[in-house]
Amino acid sequence: MKLLTANRLSDGEAVWYADGLWVDTIAEALIAHDKESAEALEAIGNKALADNLVVDVNLIDIEIIDGTIHPTRLRERIRAAGPTIRNDLGKQARIPQAA
Amino acid sequence: MLGKRSKQTANGTTTMYRYDEFDHDFVKARVAQFGDQVERRMAGEITEDEFRPLRLMNGVYLQLHAYMLRIAIPYGTLHPRQLRMLAHIARKYDKGYGHFTTRQNIQFHWPALSDVPAILADLATVEMHAIQTSGNCIRNVTADHFAGAAADEVADPRPYAEILRQWSSVHPEFSYLPRKFKIAVTGAERDRAAIKTHDIGLHLKKNEQGELGFAVYVGGGLGRTPIVAKKLRDFLPQEHLLSYVTAILRVYNLHGRRDNKYKARIKILVHETGTEELASWVEAEWQALKDGELKLPEQDVAAIQSYFAPPQLSPRPEGDEIVRVAKLDSRAFGEWLGQNVTTHRNPDYAAVTVSLKSIGETPGDISDSQMEAVADLAERYANDEVRVTHEQNLVLPHVARADLKAVYDGLVEIGLATANAGLISDIIACPGLDYCALANARSIPVAQQIARRFSSLERQREIGELKLKISGCINACGHHHVGHIGILGVEKKGAELYQITLGGSADENTTVGEIIGRGFGPDEIVDAVETLVETYLSIRNDQSERFLDVYRRVGPAPFKEVLYGAEARAA
Repeated sequence: MKLLTANRLSDGEAVWYADGLWVDTIAEALIAHDKESAEALEAIGNKALADNLVVDVNLIDIEIIDGTIHPTRLRERIRAAGPTIRNDLGKQARIPQAA
Repeated sequence: MLGKRSKQTANGTTTMYRYDEFDHDFVKARVAQFGDQVERRMAGEITEDEFRPLRLMNGVYLQLHAYMLRIAIPYGTLHPRQLRMLAHIARKYDKGYGHFTTRQNIQFHWPALSDVPAILADLATVEMHAIQTSGNCIRNVTADHFAGAAADEVADPRPYAEILRQWSSVHPEFSYLPRKFKIAVTGAERDRAAIKTHDIGLHLKKNEQGELGFAVYVGGGLGRTPIVAKKLRDFLPQEHLLSYVTAILRVYNLHGRRDNKYKARIKILVHETGTEELASWVEAEWQALKDGELKLPEQDVAAIQSYFAPPQLSPRPEGDEIVRVAKLDSRAFGEWLGQNVTTHRNPDYAAVTVSLKSIGETPGDISDSQMEAVADLAERYANDEVRVTHEQNLVLPHVARADLKAVYDGLVEIGLATANAGLISDIIACPGLDYCALANARSIPVAQQIARRFSSLERQREIGELKLKISGCINACGHHHVGHIGILGVEKKGAELYQITLGGSADENTTVGEIIGRGFGPDEIVDAVETLVETYLSIRNDQSERFLDVYRRVGPAPFKEVLYGAEARAA
């Protein structure tokens, strides 16, 4: 399974492609389950790059673990959450912490 | 060129660089130009391929979470007003902190591209910029962080670093080199600027006649091919600095490889050509240049040197007694004094290392409020100067010994009084995979875990000097090759793995460390380091024999044995 990810041009924020738009959290990303849909995502990424919406466009491998998206590479897991040494930074900082 | 120096400052006693009218106009024009380029990029008028080299020329990278802006700090010297501006930028445009690098620069890891022109405009008001902090050009010229203060210094290397900076700024011939080019200068026999790991390393010294000149080293570098620089000349008279460096750059620009970025640094050219042959090429170029317009007029050198005249430090003979009493009162102060305070050329004064390696924190990181507090201390007690070290710490270079306790108390208040300079927890670590798009593994968590494991200062002092350096990829921004213990993070089968090198050093006896064996997982690496340290302690002759000394005496065998046992014996 694959996702389409990039960084937003204006602020560099890590984003993922959902259905028709780029979203800030990986949980909302559109999953390509087969080769055809992955190729369709790739084409969308190339167009978004050409349209100057995003930069550094990549298709990444993922798994679904316990119902949540889990990128195969640590690099992508860190992009999706934020620096592992600062929970107050990146996407993870926006998730309300349990009391 | 950029950043002429002036003796004129607010209190009239110190020397910090001031732009002249040309410099102001140039930087202002450059900010406006980049602002226009950003606007055109955001409007889609230029593509990323067209924009990338333009943003890199202005210090803007793209990392994992956001853009990153790298700001130049020439030879690591900052005025408090500049440090305050960095705090302002951290607070207004970033996430409230900055990260000092191994090239004496600072990086912000979260700026929006749309804010970068405003950041550069703010920087320009305090005579700072991000020009040449990336790209295949001559980068920020670095220097000994104790320059102008060190008791063992022959002469202050910063005037020459400044001359090189002015010469190299937007140099038309050297703006598109085969690869990036780094120069470092030291003015003491003891090399605190790691000059032999640079493309050009300059050791300022005197000849038998008492004249100033340079030992010139070429072709040092880390990265995937670590090489110690070779000496091209033992003594280059100072007036020939620019002509000789130009000759080196010209040879490199002509013969350096452009077909393979991994073989494009001058170290590869030196290695493949041979030092003798390359020296002859440089010599031939230099003969055509040496008596031309690049020869430095004595009065120009003197003028630049006068801008770096030693500060007028008032006699403060009461310092010894104040320090003696304060040590009796506070053991922690005494420990900090012993570890983080360095002898100054003026016996009433000292140079203070402000450790940015508090146990469990990110090496080199500093918050906006800490920046402001350090700026306050520099204004009040340190003659308006702050230095950035390549080991990712700060230095207050001119503190009266009588004020050391006050400075210490000020640093305690902001959590920057950790007495670990030069010890095992004073770790160099690159940002690694927590931020960097090039990294394969994380560096910072490993540094934090090692620092926590050795958090007892008593234990650290028992171990003595130990330089531990960590990189998250083979580009070696964390200088792992020249760590007494070096750690390189790699990715293997989707997981982080840490390779250990031993016996590296980045001083006047620079050596590249040797890979000790197979790597360790994230859960094993701290134990492995502890095993190495305990082995060292068990085989050293006495406490004066440092880890590096022991390694040089006994070699890798005892360390391999404890890490790999039978596996090592079978190898």
